[in-house]
Amino acid sequence: MNWKSIFTIARKDIKEASQNKAVWLPIVIVPAIFVLIMPAALILGFSTAATAIENPMSDPDFAMFLDRMPAFMTELIRGLDERQSAIMLLLGYLFAPFFLIMPLMFSTVIAAESFAGERERKTIEALLYTPATDAELFTGKVLAGFIPAVLITLVSFAAYTIVLNAMAYPRMGRLWFPLPSWYPLVLWISPAISLLGIAFTVLISVKTQTFMGAYQTSGSLVLVVLALLAGQATGVIYLSVLVGLLIGMVLLVIDAVLMYFAVRIFNRDKLLVTSG
Amino acid sequence: MQHAIVIENLSHCFNSRYALKDLSYEVRQGEIFALLGPNGAGKTTTIRLINGLYTPTAGSISVFSMDSVRHGSQIRQQTGVLTETSALYERLTARENLRFFGRLYGMPESLLLKRTDEILEFFALKNRADERVGVYSKGMKQRLALARAFLTHPRILFLDEPTSSLDPESTQQVHELIESISRQDENTVFLCTHHLEEAERLADRVAILHSGRLLALGSMDELKRQFNHGIWVEVELLQPMESTSSISLMRGVVNAQIEGRKIRVQVAEEAVIPALVAQLVAQKAQVMSVKPQQVSLEDIYFKLQADVREGVA
Repeated sequence: MNWKSIFTIARKDIKEASQNKAVWLPIVIVPAIFVLIMPAALILGFSTAATAIENPMSDPDFAMFLDRMPAFMTELIRGLDERQSAIMLLLGYLFAPFFLIMPLMFSTVIAAESFAGERERKTIEALLYTPATDAELFTGKVLAGFIPAVLITLVSFAAYTIVLNAMAYPRMGRLWFPLPSWYPLVLWISPAISLLGIAFTVLISVKTQTFMGAYQTSGSLVLVVLALLAGQATGVIYLSVLVGLLIGMVLLVIDAVLMYFAVRIFNRDKLLVTSG
Repeated sequence: MQHAIVIENLSHCFNSRYALKDLSYEVRQGEIFALLGPNGAGKTTTIRLINGLYTPTAGSISVFSMDSVRHGSQIRQQTGVLTETSALYERLTARENLRFFGRLYGMPESLLLKRTDEILEFFALKNRADERVGVYSKGMKQRLALARAFLTHPRILFLDEPTSSLDPESTQQVHELIESISRQDENTVFLCTHHLEEAERLADRVAILHSGRLLALGSMDELKRQFNHGIWVEVELLQPMESTSSISLMRGVVNAQIEGRKIRVQVAEEAVIPALVAQLVAQKAQVMSVKPQQVSLEDIYFKLQADVREGVA
């Protein structure tokens, strides 16, 4: 494998993607909402809530959630007042799946641009006439989706950490974030789910000839994360460190299977036949 | 003469439909080889097969003694291809496009910088080299796509319709470039074109395809000998002739027709023309001019394609 060629392809794809508004707009807007606007608004809301009605801890659904909570979470909020508990549970726990939606979205939008977009614009043929092997082309394009997805997620995580600690400091009186379960989430599950998004998009790109088509279809993967979000909110699944490690492991196995099929379909013969 | 490309019993199918059927020919090193044929004849498929983009259904291709299936990457390292569509990255600049492809060919950075400047200058794109390709005119894009194909000094250059969408000046420039590449550097040019005059002007040898089958192959002289039995001579007279019977009986004359003050005579070879003139003078015909009609590639091409349609070839 010629790694210089691989990084040349990845760099070119990232540069091209960065000049497509349909790609970079969601990459800017979604983290801005999940990382800055929503946490800031919620912390402000909790901190200034004057009555019990405005306090989420008095919500009956939330009360049910608190009743079902496992011991490690009860431990987290021991000794905290209602508002501190609300901040910790909502932003330190229930918000976690948003950090899976982001890498998934970033990786699929760039992969759709890189794989389907290149065929849509008919630039793939010139690329196939270069000495780069099928494996190098594939790896370069996978990295073009993977590297920005993981990096932007890490940057978003750093920004989220700063926002939470800075804005909630007057109420919490200490630097309380990140919680332990976030480390496997950001460092283990998030890269795995980025790869899942890329492999899925490559498979879809064989049948879907346009960037938008591939992006929209691969967007259905968000359902997996929404299921996790719903699971957490209803108390079916709790994202502890151990559960996080297990989810990451399962995702990597699924990644390996999907990548196996993606590699098999990514060859010059098939790419040219299906691109007409 | 060494062969750059050797094609043996090559067939290629798409979904059980033959795109190419049992082709065998060689392309010599240093020659300009033109592949002609209507749309769907198999020209682009041939280029893709030679460069190892497809695996042939049957037969084999070797390029500089390397098998196209097993050594595709090494073969592509030595070729440059101008694709049918310009296939440029329109969100990148011309310079970024060239540097991207140069890097994939493993060109050292310093050489790539120098070569990029040279080639942009040559194709009159240097002044706009840092603009996004999306804003270029069709002709500029075609010039840039050509620049990309020439960038690495390939040993074999594949050109699929190189002068489509170029103005006459640029076309002339590209023709000169193609000739110089072949003559000076001993590099091979594999040209697919619809412009028959272009092929006639540039090509050392020509192959004519129809529906994946090879109809003809050879130099212009060889094709003329093979497909045109004789030379047409147009003789202009001061007064119309009444009959061509004495001309038709001459040795070496295949056919003779009267067209007003002109007669058109088909002779077996050039050597018959002086005898023909002498015969006319002997018959007191007042000869104004004698014009042997050169058979063009276009004549041969359309004759072959018509033969196929009529089921002769």
